[in-house]
Amino acid sequence: MGYFLTFGHSPWGQQILTHVSWNLLWASLFAGVAFFVAHASYMVLSAHRKRHPAETDAIEAARPDLPARIPRHSGVARAFHWVMAASMFTLLLTAFLPIAGVRFAWVTWHWMAGLVLTTSILFHVIHASFFLDFWSIWVGPKDLPELRAEILRELGHDVPGPKPGKYPLGNRLYHLAIVAAGLSVIASGLTMMVRVRTPLFPRNPYMLADSTWGFVYVAHGMAGVGLVGLVIAHVYFAVRPDKWWITKAMILGWITRRQYIEHHDPDRWVVGIHPKTQVPNPKSQVAQ
Amino acid sequence: MAVIRDVMPAFELFQPASTADALSLLDRYGSDAWVFAGGLDSFDWLKDRIKRPRYVVDLGGVAELKGIRERDGGLEIGAMATLTEVVQHPAVRERYAILMEAAEAAASPQIRNQGTIGGNVSQDTRCWYYRSGWSCYRAGGNICYADTPEAINREHAILGADRCVAVNPSDTAPALIALGASMVVRGSGGERVMNAEDYFIGPGTDIMRMTALQPGELLAAIRIPGDWAGSRFYFEKVRDRQVWDFALVSVASAMVTSGETIENMRLVVNGVAARPLRLVNVEQFVKGKPRNEATAAAAGEMAIEGAQPLRFNAYKVPLMRNLVKRAIRGVEEWATS
Repeated sequence: MGYFLTFGHSPWGQQILTHVSWNLLWASLFAGVAFFVAHASYMVLSAHRKRHPAETDAIEAARPDLPARIPRHSGVARAFHWVMAASMFTLLLTAFLPIAGVRFAWVTWHWMAGLVLTTSILFHVIHASFFLDFWSIWVGPKDLPELRAEILRELGHDVPGPKPGKYPLGNRLYHLAIVAAGLSVIASGLTMMVRVRTPLFPRNPYMLADSTWGFVYVAHGMAGVGLVGLVIAHVYFAVRPDKWWITKAMILGWITRRQYIEHHDPDRWVVGIHPKTQVPNPKSQVAQ
Repeated sequence: MAVIRDVMPAFELFQPASTADALSLLDRYGSDAWVFAGGLDSFDWLKDRIKRPRYVVDLGGVAELKGIRERDGGLEIGAMATLTEVVQHPAVRERYAILMEAAEAAASPQIRNQGTIGGNVSQDTRCWYYRSGWSCYRAGGNICYADTPEAINREHAILGADRCVAVNPSDTAPALIALGASMVVRGSGGERVMNAEDYFIGPGTDIMRMTALQPGELLAAIRIPGDWAGSRFYFEKVRDRQVWDFALVSVASAMVTSGETIENMRLVVNGVAARPLRLVNVEQFVKGKPRNEATAAAAGEMAIEGAQPLRFNAYKVPLMRNLVKRAIRGVEEWATS
């Protein structure tokens, strides 16, 4: 148990949780790097299974109605993403560099970055709920056929099954994981701020019992080390040459018509006038 | 079962004869090893069973860490030189009287005979919550018991607190910083020399350590340059018991004057934060100003900017302010005015 969690003693001699063992940081770091190596190796070995450009040419030729540039992320959504990324990197570096032996006064930077992250997430929740295609990023039972098709495609089969809507299934699963870890780290982090001196409110170390504080610290630590692996995976996919078009869209805001046709199902992510129903998609131009 | 505090717990004792051997032992045993200098701090930890090292490396037999010698117009003091040796050394008394005063203010004659200057600057904090073995931040836990509404925190920090509110207990540390000393640290990777003020670290940087010493490293010597030799010094330590106690607040300064104008100054306070605080803003403020009551009063106010007293230590704010005033204007000249 000591490999995963650390314990101390309260003034009354009771054994209490204090925080996660920092062995888990190295485990998460290792898991992230191992995933990167395994996935990169697999992609190198399966490179020969790429679709022939002529096939995409034919599909693109069939949709001359589409604009050359398809808007994918609005300016507001991109600004949110990069603010969140900056705060996340600041949080991870200020949290884990001191554990790795790089000494600096990290606490103030850490909670300030945490407040930036919290504010940006709150903004994102409101923005996504009322101004974006909210359900386009979530996963559910309806995605099982797509999951099956994606797995078969990865295994080298030519499957006619559903292609992704606006977001590939991997994106949506990643979003789900980051939501779980992010909300845990934010909720526990805001609670822990009550214990440190900030100009925002008076300290109250006795707001919770010692043992309850232990669970808060463990939740924060678990989510934090989990985010290390998740962020490594995210950065890995962001810089992969075959995914660079997605990253570029997060910078410029648009993808090309060819990328849209090649990677998305026009029935699930309708751009402009739906070719079958002739119904315009009002959110297609601004959706993140 | 009650802890038998008079009996030393079992550990494997090593008594190397050279720094190289000592470093080799520290390298071999890593965080399981405990560096033992004069033993005044160590004995408390060991007998109370709060720290349970498996290996103790006693530096008492390492001759190269002892002694006080001239070097580059200044002095080099071996980390294992005792406080009594520092107090009695002619060069210290003649050129660095502030260090003599500070070392003489430490503890009792018996302790100064045994305690070393390296141990005095590297000793752990005296926060009794921490030293009682509670799982506070400094002990690897997640709370500061001294910074709670009911805590007894009369001796704790008013500045620089970052979760932990413990203070540095060293008497010689502020004097060494005022003298512009540097610390010679040796490890298996070689030697590094750092300014004395950088040797001490606060909880924001590392909440579990008081100094920049890494595991496996030793403080080998302290070098004092000749720059401030013979300048106008001031050291004062305020404590509850004059015969033997840690400082509530102490101040150390070295000043160069031209007539009654302050040309240059180094000013350090201790007992108010987890590390001795060099008051650079005050030093800048007084430079070029007359050494008088007005300058001292303004400097005193400047010194306490940002102070955040706890429930029982608000007295440290005016105490620090007045000590800074006294360091700048002196006490002798004003005693009869």
